[in-house]
Amino acid sequence: MKKEMTYLESVHRHGRAWGFTLLVLILVFPTALCLIFNALPDWQALLKALIAVLPMYWAVGIVEIFTYVPMLGAGGAYLSFVTGNISNLKLPVAIDAMEKAKVKATSEEGEIISTISIAVSSIVTTFIIIIGVVLLLIVEPIGAFISSPALEPAFAQILPALFGGLAVVFISKNLKLSIAPIILMLGLFIFVPALNEGTVGIMVPVGVIFTVAIARIMYKKGWLN
Amino acid sequence: MKFSVNSPVIFCLVGVIILAVLGQSFYFLIRAVKRSKEKGMDQMQIRKTIISSAIFTVAPAIAILVGVVSLSKSLGVALPWLRLSVIGSLSYETIAAERAVSELGQGLETEIVSPTAFVTVAWVMTLGILIGLILTPVLTKRIQGGMNKIGMKDKKWAEIFNNAMFLGMISAFLGFVFSNVSRLWDAGARTVTEKILQSDGSMLETVVEYSSTSGLIPVCVMAVSAVLMAICGIFAKTLKQNWMNDYALPISLVGGMAAAIPITSWLS
Repeated sequence: MKKEMTYLESVHRHGRAWGFTLLVLILVFPTALCLIFNALPDWQALLKALIAVLPMYWAVGIVEIFTYVPMLGAGGAYLSFVTGNISNLKLPVAIDAMEKAKVKATSEEGEIISTISIAVSSIVTTFIIIIGVVLLLIVEPIGAFISSPALEPAFAQILPALFGGLAVVFISKNLKLSIAPIILMLGLFIFVPALNEGTVGIMVPVGVIFTVAIARIMYKKGWLN
Repeated sequence: MKFSVNSPVIFCLVGVIILAVLGQSFYFLIRAVKRSKEKGMDQMQIRKTIISSAIFTVAPAIAILVGVVSLSKSLGVALPWLRLSVIGSLSYETIAAERAVSELGQGLETEIVSPTAFVTVAWVMTLGILIGLILTPVLTKRIQGGMNKIGMKDKKWAEIFNNAMFLGMISAFLGFVFSNVSRLWDAGARTVTEKILQSDGSMLETVVEYSSTSGLIPVCVMAVSAVLMAICGIFAKTLKQNWMNDYALPISLVGGMAAAIPITSWLS
């Protein structure tokens, strides 16, 4: 038990150190651009654009932390919140890896598997983008090919293609628990016009809280045994 | 220094940050693998986790690359490369960049030539994503601590709690897949007004008319992906081909994406 604490403790310690270092680096980037090109931002445009995007981005960012950190595990969270693409890549990768390794997300084994899968996914993503960027600069038609209208529908439908497979695995394993949240979400998304691609991020915590509440009731009543 | 959106200096700066991000991933990967050995976990399983995570990542990573291509028209390659490698998601970055350039009286179709405009866009994009970077180091331990408390009190409930969270997220995305189904019976839902930013910074409103069946495209894609996943599962079970399970998710993902091409031309 003591050793288990030590590993998690060290994940937190190093996670924070990396997190703050990267935070500083990210801020150095625009600062360095200003110095190198001897240019200041257009303050008025900057302010207006920030007023337009910050409230939404920061609100979603805060909600995402509380929603995704418990699911990602400690190591996974420190990595995912740096490399991004959580709901469309990192979390599905981690869930799938833990499922196949037959480890529970709440165990240290789960923490290890989730960290490994998210780290590998981050590394592969970064390398693919590096290769892609180099190719883009050398062979222009590649950019034209991957962003061509013929392939566009495939990339536009990446979320349905991802969650279809994931849903089969998870719903078949938790059939009783899945009925209520699925009915709720289908009803909301079909009949409330304001709910669409732009607002799905806000609906994730709603779905999570609702399902946890339902699960608590069903668990207390002994329906989940 | 003379400014250009593809100036080598910008690539160097971006390269340093990307290296640091890679460093973090490798660092955590190595530590987790080491710990798995200490704990005596099956190393075959660890290797399988690494391979299947890598394979699964390919298609979504190419989708992210498409985002870099689309933003590179105005911002050059370096800035979108950084912004989509670190925290970025295409929808956020596009909106942030669009807002910034429109405030400067430009659109995303033309290349930025003034350094002032470029640094403004860079600042908007950076500050937009900052909250996650600030709060993750501060809050992760506390949130995880709360989760551990639940786990210590009641193991069974902690497991259900976790499954419920995953299911809650999956159900939200399932709902999203059906969000345009109402086009079948609601004519009003078929017309969507889209605002397109012009190169002079003004907004052009265009009304797009979707077919009644267009809302079924994501539903059909999801169904294809689900069926593929089920086939993989049955195949693995009945024929005892366990390797199939390792590739089931990438197969259903890529299969669903490929099916989206004919489905889209059929239903839209």
